[in-house]
Amino acid sequence: MANDKGAGDLVPVDPEHSAPTSAGTAVVHRDAVQNPGLPPHRLRVGDLDPKKADRTERGISILFYISIVASIGAIVSYFAFPIIPDNPASVRLNTLFLGASIALALLTIGIGVVHWGKALMHDHEGVDVRHPVRGSDETRARAVEIFDQANKESGFGRRALLRNSLIGAFVAFPLPAIFLFRDLAPTSDDPAAELRHTMWDKGVRLTRDPDGAPIKASDVTLGSAFHVIPEGLNESEHKLEEKAKAAVLLMRLKPSDFNVSPGREDWNYDGIVAYSKICTHVGCPVALYEQQTHHLLCPCHQSQFDIKNEAEVIFGPAKRPLPQLPITVDAEGYLVARSDFTEPVGPSFWERGDYDNN
Amino acid sequence: MPTARNADARRIRRAASAKGRTARVKRGRRSPLATVALLAIGLMFTGGAYALFSASPSDNGAVAASQENVERGQKLFAANCATCHGLALEGTEAGPTLLGVGAASVDFQVGTGRMPLMNQSPQAPVKPVQFTEEDTQALADYVASLAPGPAIPSAEYLQADGDATHGAELFRINCAMCHNVAGAGGALTEGKYAPELHEVTPQHIYEAMLTGPQNMPVFNDANITPEDKRDIITSLVYMRENPSPGGFELGSLGPVAEGLFAWVFGIGALVALAVWLTARSN
Repeated sequence: MANDKGAGDLVPVDPEHSAPTSAGTAVVHRDAVQNPGLPPHRLRVGDLDPKKADRTERGISILFYISIVASIGAIVSYFAFPIIPDNPASVRLNTLFLGASIALALLTIGIGVVHWGKALMHDHEGVDVRHPVRGSDETRARAVEIFDQANKESGFGRRALLRNSLIGAFVAFPLPAIFLFRDLAPTSDDPAAELRHTMWDKGVRLTRDPDGAPIKASDVTLGSAFHVIPEGLNESEHKLEEKAKAAVLLMRLKPSDFNVSPGREDWNYDGIVAYSKICTHVGCPVALYEQQTHHLLCPCHQSQFDIKNEAEVIFGPAKRPLPQLPITVDAEGYLVARSDFTEPVGPSFWERGDYDNN
Repeated sequence: MPTARNADARRIRRAASAKGRTARVKRGRRSPLATVALLAIGLMFTGGAYALFSASPSDNGAVAASQENVERGQKLFAANCATCHGLALEGTEAGPTLLGVGAASVDFQVGTGRMPLMNQSPQAPVKPVQFTEEDTQALADYVASLAPGPAIPSAEYLQADGDATHGAELFRINCAMCHNVAGAGGALTEGKYAPELHEVTPQHIYEAMLTGPQNMPVFNDANITPEDKRDIITSLVYMRENPSPGGFELGSLGPVAEGLFAWVFGIGALVALAVWLTARSN
């Protein structure tokens, strides 16, 4: 075990005699650049002049006293700057003074201790020689011996029944987690069906987010953008889940300003169009509407949708246009949906592809 | 002789120690901390001076629309606006028609310095106001006299005395996606941006919602009622006047500003500490 001795007294590295005797250095190459060795030991001011050392000591003790004062200050500021309900400024003062004084208390201790160590404690220099990672042959042989002995005494290799059943127990142990965490997924039998359908249906009124007031077609003037939720959303059981699928942005364009593809002629009402607000990339709410360019920007990954061209993707990572909600007006002039979205809203999911077959 | 030699030796020693002291002082001057401190002081002065000189002008009082005002507005319009918007407000290739935009639009565009337009760019920026309050009012009266449009809002909705909580909810639903949840503004596409709202007067905020300037959508009174608009203004003014409970906002720009701060100052401090920890004491 003599090889493992690492620490030793400081010996400035000198290629002439240090290399062969150094415990840990296996091979010393003759490098083009000579090892400059350690710099000469330099005495600190405190070593030369005891008065300076005393001054440093006083300085460090002052730091510790500051820490004491700051700790008491933290207690004082807890009472001096209480958090007053409905007053954000008081929260700010409270956290500021509490945080600052506790930080000061700890920081001065840290700085003081380090300064003590650096300036006053003995600065005797030592060298820890890096020792070889490989153990000696005896150590290795002994290790193998220990393993062999353990195997023999425990019977781990011999008693296959015990060993295999133990391995089986370890394999079985994490299985409950699969069933526990499975419930984090949608609980319905067919989550895909839930993703395919929203609250929108034939005759459901378009209402304002958040108050649920129905919207008259005449209210939607040119250049307007309404943030829309389906009627009855506020009363529904799973409000947020439903809103996350059914949120819609309502805009009015000049009928001459946008293209309508065959089959969608009656999906807009007099230039009023409704598009899902859920990005087809990863489902962020796309609501940054530019009323002159008629572009919709998704704030998460900068996908852009062109409302003039049925929300066609013109930039960014989204792959599909935003689904359009077919709308019309009812007898009282309020905007209503003609049906649910004709395709699933939001990002892709595995079962989305067979949507057309259902 | 020995005493004289001793005195000489003392003098030499004293001189040497004096030299040592000046050398130390010189080394102190070259401390990297001094550079950092100098930079910080310089930056603070520049920032302070900028803040002093960029104080914004106060907002305007309403002047009654009169025939005299309309005529004055017509002259101002012909001289300053007609090149782009047409002598009869019909619009040209360079600028849209102003028929039906209303006094609110004129007051917003001219009152915030966006018009007259500086150059054809993705977006008209806020700049020093080019017209006096009376001239702006005259222009607004003239444009409003030719075709009906949204009027300058009445003062009762501009007092910021509504329901800030309700206003904040409406702001988050209708405005925050572009203007940032704290009203700090944000980027749009192709050089356009939603401006920050901390410096905007309640009247201009109201007019912007009503008229939908540039790429901002219109939020008419059927969408956001005047009371709702008052609440939104209330919440914005509340945010402006109350410090953020979370401490320094860093412009309320979210992870960009906060990340930059953490990288520069947080990691910078850690690096400085690490350097100090491993440096030899002198």
